[in-house]
Amino acid sequence: MIPPLSLHGVRKSFGGKEVLRGIDAGISAGEIFAIVGPSGVGKTTTLRLLDLLDAPDSGEIRFHGASVSVGSPAALDQRRRMAMIMQNPSTFRATVFENVAYGLWLRGVDPREIRVRVFQALAFVGLLEAAGQRADRLSGGEQQRIAFARAAVLRPEVLFLDEFTANLDPGNVRLLEQAVLRHRREAGSTIVIVTHNLFQARRLADRVGVLLEGRLAEVGPARDIFEASQTPEVRAFLSGEMAY
Amino acid sequence: MSVDAEVLQIVGLSLLVAGTSTLIGFVVGAPLGALIALKEFPGRNFVRTLAFTFYGFPPVLAGLLVFLLLSRDGPLGALGWLFTPIGMVIAQTFLVIPIVMGLTISAVMAVERRLHETARTLGADDRQWRATALHEARLGVVTAVMVGFGRAVSEVGAVLIVGGNIRGHTRVLTTAIVLETSQAHYLEATVLGVILFGIAFAVFAVLQRLQGRGVL
Repeated sequence: MIPPLSLHGVRKSFGGKEVLRGIDAGISAGEIFAIVGPSGVGKTTTLRLLDLLDAPDSGEIRFHGASVSVGSPAALDQRRRMAMIMQNPSTFRATVFENVAYGLWLRGVDPREIRVRVFQALAFVGLLEAAGQRADRLSGGEQQRIAFARAAVLRPEVLFLDEFTANLDPGNVRLLEQAVLRHRREAGSTIVIVTHNLFQARRLADRVGVLLEGRLAEVGPARDIFEASQTPEVRAFLSGEMAY
Repeated sequence: MSVDAEVLQIVGLSLLVAGTSTLIGFVVGAPLGALIALKEFPGRNFVRTLAFTFYGFPPVLAGLLVFLLLSRDGPLGALGWLFTPIGMVIAQTFLVIPIVMGLTISAVMAVERRLHETARTLGADDRQWRATALHEARLGVVTAVMVGFGRAVSEVGAVLIVGGNIRGHTRVLTTAIVLETSQAHYLEATVLGVILFGIAFAVFAVLQRLQGRGVL
């Protein structure tokens, strides 16, 4: 079966430094795939390539087997079937409702349907009461919940989460992690998470890819990776013995 | 004309000239600023630098250039706009456009840095992103207009040269203050100065109020 999303020999450099040195991976429909690895190893770069925000220097990003190049009309269609939540949420200078409705407006969804879906999404993240408040005046945790609702309301085929709980308190981390699992259960989205938090990867992911020195050193079911890794470097990284 | 009526006429003309030049400055400067901020084109950085350089364009120089343009032997001399409020508006518009344009560029580019990526991840195409950026930058654009108005209403060099400070015809608050001071009428000059300050204060108080209410 062709995976909905796959990387083939993807390379990417910044300022002469090769960050990704040939990434090959397929992400299966409906799974939660976590990309873990030390800081600066290219986790976010990989996610940005998958979300078609940046183009690889070489290699291909394929969606349902078809290669997609950044900037093409097909890429916009493709991007509209995906959504991404970044580490630091940026909210529009508008109400919480308007923030969550934004992506639906872009897609020309009927206003009555927008209303129903936005309120459902806000209830999903416990922000129904805040619908009329200015989003940029809420706390960081609440803004990240808005960012989640704003992405989830689009019912994306693929949802990318980039260190989405990195700066949050434990209460908001728990709430958002539960929202991710519930979203997968109810919407069936494929979810790709980038995290430096190994505990989070273990809590959420079905499969894990360990990115070391620009390559996926090992990919496998989360339990196998964390409990019985076959790669010495991965074992060293997961146990904290490998210093980066 | 009584003193009160004359002061009212001066205040009215000041508001009319500064308001009209600000309006034109907005109509021209804001779209240009937005275009420069959002559209990639060759020489974009140079145009931006030029816009920022013109922030500090000396009003007397703007006045001189417009004077030469409108003087009898100038290219637009036949219009007869020298020493008229129309000429004053033209001179002040030259001062307002770079301010509105430059501050609009800054406001839109700040939005670009903060939100472009987010909008893209949510599916915005280029046209939708431009509309979003302008909407998000509205506070900055309104501020640009207010600053432009502040510059116009408080400027003296350009309106003095182009308007000629003719009583009952082209005399505005700033040129009246210059005249009263030169004649050692310090009390009158101070009163006019307080009125000028009051206008500027009122404009920015309105802006702050709109911002505080979340209108912007």
